[in-house]
Amino acid sequence: MENESGALSRVAGLFSARGYNIESLTVAPTEDPTLSRMTLVTIGSDEVVEQVTKQLNKLIEVVKVIDLNEGNHIERELMLVKVRAIGAERDEIMRLTEIFRGSIIDVTTKSYTIELTGTSCKLDAFLKAIEPSAVLETVRTGACGIGRGEWVLRV
Amino acid sequence: MNVELTGAEIAIRCLQEEGVQCIFGYPGGAVLFIYDELFKQDKVRHILVRHEQAAIHAADGYARSSKNVGVALVTSGPGVTNAVTGIATAYMDSIPLVIISGQVPTAAIGLDAFQEVDTVGITRPCVKHNFLVKDVSELAMTMKKAFYIASTGRPGPVLVDIPKDVSQQLTQFVYPDKVTMRSYNPVTKGHSRQIKKALELILSAKRPMIYAGGGVILSNAAEQLTELTRALNFPCTNTLMGLGGFPATDKQSLGMLGMHGTYEANMAMQYCDVLIAVGARFDDRVIGNPKHFFNENRKIIHIDIDPSSISKRVRVDVPIVGDVLDVLKELLKLLKAEKKKPDSAALKEWWKQIDQWRERDCLKFDRTSKIIKPQKVIETLYEITKGDAFITSDVGQHQMWAAQFYKFDKPRRWINSGGLGTMGFGMPAAMGVQLANPKAKVACITGEASIQMCIQELSTCKQYHLPLKIVNLNNRYMGMVRQWQEFFHGNRYAESYMNALPDFVKLAESYGHVGMKIEKPEDVEGALKEAFKLKDQLVFLDFITDQTENVFPMVPGGKGLSEMILV
Ligand SMILES: Cc1cc2nc3c(=O)[nH]c(=O)nc-3n(C[C@H](O)[C@H](O)[C@H](O)COP(=O)(O)OP(=O)(O)OC[C@H]3O[C@@H](n4cnc5c(N)ncnc54)[C@H](O)[C@@H]3O)c2cc1C
Ligand SMILES: Cc1ncc(C[n+]2csc(CCOP(=O)(O)OP(=O)(O)O)c2C)c(N)n1
Ligand SMILES: [Mg+2]
Repeated sequence: MENESGALSRVAGLFSARGYNIESLTVAPTEDPTLSRMTLVTIGSDEVVEQVTKQLNKLIEVVKVIDLNEGNHIERELMLVKVRAIGAERDEIMRLTEIFRGSIIDVTTKSYTIELTGTSCKLDAFLKAIEPSAVLETVRTGACGIGRGEWVLRV
Repeated sequence: MNVELTGAEIAIRCLQEEGVQCIFGYPGGAVLFIYDELFKQDKVRHILVRHEQAAIHAADGYARSSKNVGVALVTSGPGVTNAVTGIATAYMDSIPLVIISGQVPTAAIGLDAFQEVDTVGITRPCVKHNFLVKDVSELAMTMKKAFYIASTGRPGPVLVDIPKDVSQQLTQFVYPDKVTMRSYNPVTKGHSRQIKKALELILSAKRPMIYAGGGVILSNAAEQLTELTRALNFPCTNTLMGLGGFPATDKQSLGMLGMHGTYEANMAMQYCDVLIAVGARFDDRVIGNPKHFFNENRKIIHIDIDPSSISKRVRVDVPIVGDVLDVLKELLKLLKAEKKKPDSAALKEWWKQIDQWRERDCLKFDRTSKIIKPQKVIETLYEITKGDAFITSDVGQHQMWAAQFYKFDKPRRWINSGGLGTMGFGMPAAMGVQLANPKAKVACITGEASIQMCIQELSTCKQYHLPLKIVNLNNRYMGMVRQWQEFFHGNRYAESYMNALPDFVKLAESYGHVGMKIEKPEDVEGALKEAFKLKDQLVFLDFITDQTENVFPMVPGGKGLSEMILV
């Protein structure tokens, strides 16, 4: 969409006005600074997704809408998670982080902050693998996605 | 080097460049510079309303009756919030408007400044698009885009919010002659393969039905729709918004369909085997309960310029995204070249069935009553104006009777708020109609409740000598509400009785107009004739009508189209 103030609120407003849900939403400018790219995750029947797509297309500032589920695609989400890390926990969490191919990016005597990217499912799985009481704080970006292979989204 | 103009001058110059002759508005602090520029020129005429809601309705009536974009000008804060009802009304009915609103100076935005509201935020859900102009250098292009967006594709209102300092800033003025937007490219031409598929389906139909909506009016395709319908000998029904898109007096017309549609139209809609929807959006007031609608099998062709109108409430078989005018022209061309003809034997049977439905005479009413029947007033109005007046209406029973009993043969003659159902629309809209069509007969059909929602506009009508005929069907009730309470709420008429009504005759007179009160059926015709003889006067006709009359047929909420309550 056009990288203009207000464009994001039009999208968000559309979803609340029409009763569609937003699971997650990420947005940032692209290599062309006049454009932003947004990845929006929603859940609905085929009919609802079709309406969502059409309604988004109708917004004047939206340049192009694609449903990534219609083809092969890659999805990634970034999570930062602060966990308690005391005593034996320190090794265990480090191992777990390795298994999930995350990295520890901040350390104190009592905590680790871990950076993890992957599909939203993988991030969920990581959180499940940790003792719940050890999780002090999480922040997630929501998924962003791109088509597989040489196919490119052009406007 | 060119001379520099202020933002205010530029705003007015843009209107001139767009050929705007008439705008409707109300001044205030944030738009004073713009008013100052209006004052200094005489190409754009400004009509001073008495309430901003009326400014928008008037611009809307102007647009609906003239094919032009309607323009309104309001101040920040309360000016804008007053305008919102009008904007939402136009949005629901896809009417092209450009609304210019004043805003507090850019430096004051966000500081809870005097008369500040988040105009872009408040209006966002009820405009096709809106802009906040942050720099005077963007103003001309923004105005150009506003007119372009409002009038192309599925039309709609576009708002341009201009902060006061922007209206003072200087820049060179160049009005762009073209605008291209990578994110907005409405389709006009329909997909030719889809159109071919549609024609095949049309020619295979045994019980066809054409269901034509507001899109036919908006795309100026009444002539093509009429030609196609006649060439095929198919029955045609119109939505409330589509009246006049096919001549109501044509023998192939089944009248309006839907909640208060005719028996024959609703039955044919339910039992057709091929439905051709033309610029109509399968509104809930039109198809009744969708589940019941799909108890019958039929194939649906849907022509609409807005992809999101297609398969929104009803799955269709042959979607055609495009401008009705283009698509109908293409269909007509293909039809002429086609050897196969419609199945005339099947059509004969179908028409026989339809004629049987017609015999039910669903719009009958007591013609011997000693009390004025509202239907009779409309019928007489139709006869006296020879079906050639512009009719606006408010919202309620009177609106439905107007739609049922005034036979519109031409497009853009019937002007009402269908989608939002805005009481108070009728008189201000009629002002816009009269200004766009100075010589035409313009009547506003209203009720004693609706008319009071914008009654202050009687003053505007006086100032600009607008000789409207206000046909007030005074039943002392919010009749439409009372009808629902009678049918669905055990006759408990909660707050729907209109108490303490003004003396409308004196009220009209106090504004300098003519008032008439008509209480007997035998006086209806004479009064209407006299009113139209007073060519230069606004006449307020207060018809004291039957309090208990109901609108029939009626498809009750949740019921199917064929489950009408009939008289
Ligand atoms: C009290 C009350 C009772 C009502 N009862 C009824 C009733 O009994 N029957 C009834 O029909 N309505 C009734 N209505 C009105 C109803 O609410 C809807 O406003 C109306 O049915 C919508 O009409 P439409 O489908 O023609 O769509 P419109 O609102 O006129 O929409 C036009 C459609 O055409 C499309 N379009 C626009 N321009 C073009 C173009 N150039 N080319 C192609 N497509 C285009 C648009 O995208 C849109 O889908 C009632 C309203 C009120 C207030
Ligand atoms: C602004 C607004 N408020 C409320 C309604 C709900 N409403 C629909 S019809 C109606 C009654 C209209 O009464 P009147 O104008 O006397 O017309 P009648 O039905 O009696 O012909 C009301 C209150 C509405 N449509 N618009
Ligand atoms: Mg009434």
